[in-house]
This record gives sequence, structure tokens and C-alpha cells, in this order.
Amino acid sequence: MERINKFGLIFLFMTVAGAAATAIADEFSQQDLTRWESEYLSVVKQGRQAFTDPELGSNGVTCAQCHPNAANTHPETYPKFQKQLGRVVPIWEMINWCIRNPLEGKSLEASDPRLVALQAYIYYERRGVKLDPGKH
Amino acid sequence: MSRLITRRDFLKKTGVLATAATLPISIVELAFADPTQNFTFAHISDSHVQHIKGNQFVRNWDRGLIRAVAEVNLLNPKPDFVVYGGDLAQLAKKSELDHGAEMMSALNYKTYYVMGEHDYYLDLGEYWSKLFGPHYYSFDHKGVHFIVLNSILTDDEWTYRRWPTAEQRMLEMAGLDNPNGSPFMVGEKQREWLRQDLEKVNKDTPLVVFSHSPLQKIYKGWNFWTDDAEQVQALLTPFKKVTVIYGHVHQIQYNQIGNISFHGVMATAWPWPYPSSYAHAEHYLPKLTVPMNRADPFFERDATGWQFINLANGNVDMHYTLYDNTSRTIAFNKKNGQPEDSSYQAEDERIPPQVHY
Ligand code: HEC
Ligand SMILES: [Fe+2]
Ligand SMILES: [Fe+2]
Repeated sequence: MERINKFGLIFLFMTVAGAAATAIADEFSQQDLTRWESEYLSVVKQGRQAFTDPELGSNGVTCAQCHPNAANTHPETYPKFQKQLGRVVPIWEMINWCIRNPLEGKSLEASDPRLVALQAYIYYERRGVKLDPGKH
Repeated sequence: MSRLITRRDFLKKTGVLATAATLPISIVELAFADPTQNFTFAHISDSHVQHIKGNQFVRNWDRGLIRAVAEVNLLNPKPDFVVYGGDLAQLAKKSELDHGAEMMSALNYKTYYVMGEHDYYLDLGEYWSKLFGPHYYSFDHKGVHFIVLNSILTDDEWTYRRWPTAEQRMLEMAGLDNPNGSPFMVGEKQREWLRQDLEKVNKDTPLVVFSHSPLQKIYKGWNFWTDDAEQVQALLTPFKKVTVIYGHVHQIQYNQIGNISFHGVMATAWPWPYPSSYAHAEHYLPKLTVPMNRADPFFERDATGWQFINLANGNVDMHYTLYDNTSRTIAFNKKNGQPEDSSYQAEDERIPPQVHY
């Protein structure tokens, strides 16, 4: 008796859950794709803003001054060994290096939205180039 | 025939090896049959003096210019004059032009200035003119005709009507990769002036033209470009020996188009990537160019450098002396009729840092 009740409850729950969901987990629509892309591109845009923002560092110098269209940032080569840091580093450590030095600013936390946005932009400008981790 | 001056001679004579090896200048010697007519001049470019606030300027860029000026003062033999290749300021502010002029005033030589877009688009060169004189002009020196062009003009709509404020106009043009910028040009008025100026010059007289942008088309997206380059080249074509020396690109570039040799110079402020390293750019980097070494960001003055130039019998031999790299010489090869790198021109002589991607 008790067992049947439990089974019934579970059955009922599953039915309700199934009816509430609008799609099966691994199916997504064109609409989803469009939304995800625009979410990404809006962060790319924020990244471009940070990349040209004289307030990112302390001296008014911007990333774009030395890296037009993010050229020479080579995201496809990371992680890689940087001899001056003496170890293999992810790209955001090099971004922070450039923030601290030419921009005379303060390092950003790895999770800082500006650091994420800078990476989104840098990778976007490099789209289509094949991965080549470790390359110099 | 004059003996060409080598870098070593300069360093020996200056007697300050350490300083001399690390300063961004160009020295030019013009060699003629009559050695009393030989002379040298120096070339400094793209210092981008940048005002922060109050009495603060970006230290990194200041250092580049201060060192160049100190080095030129130490040159022996002394150059007859100095050319400044443009972009003395970052946003054409009075404070920046004044600070730049102040640093340049330490030079012991007559200096000729070329207009850069970073000097111009705030007040259309008005304050710059007060400090440095006309925007374009020519002069003769010991048998060579020199021409200074203002090649960073653009169309009237963009210049006079597009932007609500002068400050915004300057900022839009200052962003190298900013799609709101506009292609550089010499323009009809100045081309007509050039045509008339050249009418008086014998076709055997060597010409040396200074411009800020390349008077050839390399990559429009970053204004490594002059829109009416072909029309300007056409005016120079009747002359036997023509050299164009330009700033703006912050990198080693050289090319030969017909009778005209082209040389880009290093900046004292920072190096720029080659357009070929932007994955989405259609560009025409001259095939002849063996690139400078890729910069090491851990050395602030790397890939800024100085060059001295021998103008041997009317042709330029350009010596790039680079802070943290081996010097480079791009000499005119009479046999091939073009400038060539003395060590790295052949594909199999190039070294890994010269690969840009
Ligand atoms: C004064 C010029 C200058 C400024 C300003 C500057 N950088 Fe750099 N940066 C360099 C140079 C030079 C390199 C080395 C380029 C190379 O390896 O070809 C470099 C390297 C890098 C690299 C590593 C590239 C590689 O090949 O491993 C990244 C990433 C980078 N910069 C991001 C930035 C970001 C983001 C900013 C702004 C916060 C910035 N840089 C500002 C000059 C600059
Ligand atoms: Fe410049
Ligand atoms: Fe410029």
C-alpha cells in the first residue's frame, strides 16, 4: 500500500515536470542560438570598450594604442610558456601584465567581468585562426 | 666618393657606447662626387607625447623622445639638420605639443617638422604651426631637393562637418583601428603646389620626400595608406632618384616602385604589429620587406629604435639601430635597383622573431 503510494507520487511528479518543460534538454532552437550569440557579442562589445578605455589603467594609455584590432595578442597560442614569468600562463595573466606595465594600472581578478570581456574581444578578433597552444 | 659612415664609427666618435647604442634616431649621409658636398641628417619620429593631467605625461613615451634627442646631440660627425617625422603629440593638445617642443628644444640643430594626424585633428594644425611653421614646404640643401608634405589630410565632409566637437574629431582619428576614421590624402591643392615646386627642379637632382603616412598603399584599415598615393608618385616619376621617408607605421617597411624607394621609420614611442598579423585584413605589405623582430613586451623600449641613413649618390641606405635587437641595414642594391636587407633579405636567412602572425 505504502509502496504504491510512493510510486504514484513519483509518477505524478514526473508527469507534472514533463508538462512544465517547453523543450527536451538537448534540443535548442534557432532562437536560442541567436540569443546566445548576441549575449556573446554584447560582451565582445564591452571588451572592445575596455580595450579602448583610457580609464582601464592609470595613465590614459589604451590596449588598442599598441594592439590595433587586438593584433599581436595571439590568444590561439595560450596557455604558453613566458620566459619572463618562468612558467606556463593563461592569456589573462599576460593581459594583466600589459595592464600593470604599459597602462600602469592594477591587475584584475580572473573573474572580473572586464577581464572576461577583454578575452571575449581578443578571441573574437582572432576567430578562424587555428589553435596553436605553446607557440611563440 | 665619400666614405660611408658606419654605426661603429658613430659610436667610436661619440665615445658613449651605451647611450649611443640605444637611442632612436636616424642619421643620413648624402654622398656625392665632391666630398665637400657630403652631409648627414638625423630623423626622429612618432613620440606620441601624451598628457595625463596637470604636469603628468606618459613616462614611457617621454623617455623615448628624451633619449632620441640626447643621442642626436652626441652625433659625430654632426648632422646638418634633423627631421621630425610627425605624431609628436597624442591628441594634439597644446600641453602635449608644448611639452614635445620643450624636449625637442634641447636639440642643437635646425629641425624640420612633418605633420602627423595626432598633431592635427584638434585644431587642424593651428597651434602646431605656431610652434613649427608651415604644414608643407620644400628646401634645398647641398644639391638635394627636400620636400615636406602634409599627407594626413582627409575629405572636407569628415574634417569640417562630421563631428560635433574638435575633441571628438581628434579622438576618432587617433584610434588607428577605429572604423570611424578616414583615409589620409595629400589633396589636390598640395599636389598642385608640389607640381609647381618640382617644375623648377632639374630631373637629375636627387629628391627626398618626407611624409607622415606612406605615399603608397599598404593597409587602409589602419591608414598605412595615402588615398592619392598614385597621383603623388606620378609627380615624382620624372626624377632619376627619389626617396620617400615616412613615419606613422612604427615599423620597418621598405619598397621600390619604379624610380621611387620607400622607407618607413621606427617610432620612439611603441612598435605596431604588421597588418599581416591581423587575421581579417586585406593588406599589401611590400613583398620586399623583411619585418622587424617581434617586440618583447617585457622590454619597454624594444622595437622602438633609431636608424641612420647614408644617402649614397642619391640613394638611401637605411641603418636601423634597435634597442634590444641586432641592428638592421636596408641598403640600395644598385644591381637589383631596390632596397634590400644586408643580412636577412633571402627567405632562408630570416630568423624566427621576424615571423609575424
Ligand atoms: C606600449 C604598447 C602596449 C600596450 C599599451 C599594451 N600592450 Fe600588450 N603587448 C605589447 C607587446 C609589444 C607585446 C608582444 C607582442 C608579440 O608577442 O608579438 C604584447 C603582448 C600582449 C599579449 C600576449 C601576446 C603573445 O603573443 O603572447 C597580450 C594578450 C596582450 N599584449 C594584451 C594587451 C592588453 C589586453 C592590453 C591593454 C590592457 C595591452 N596588451 C596593452 C605592447 C603593448
Ligand atoms: Fe604614430
Ligand atoms: Fe600617425
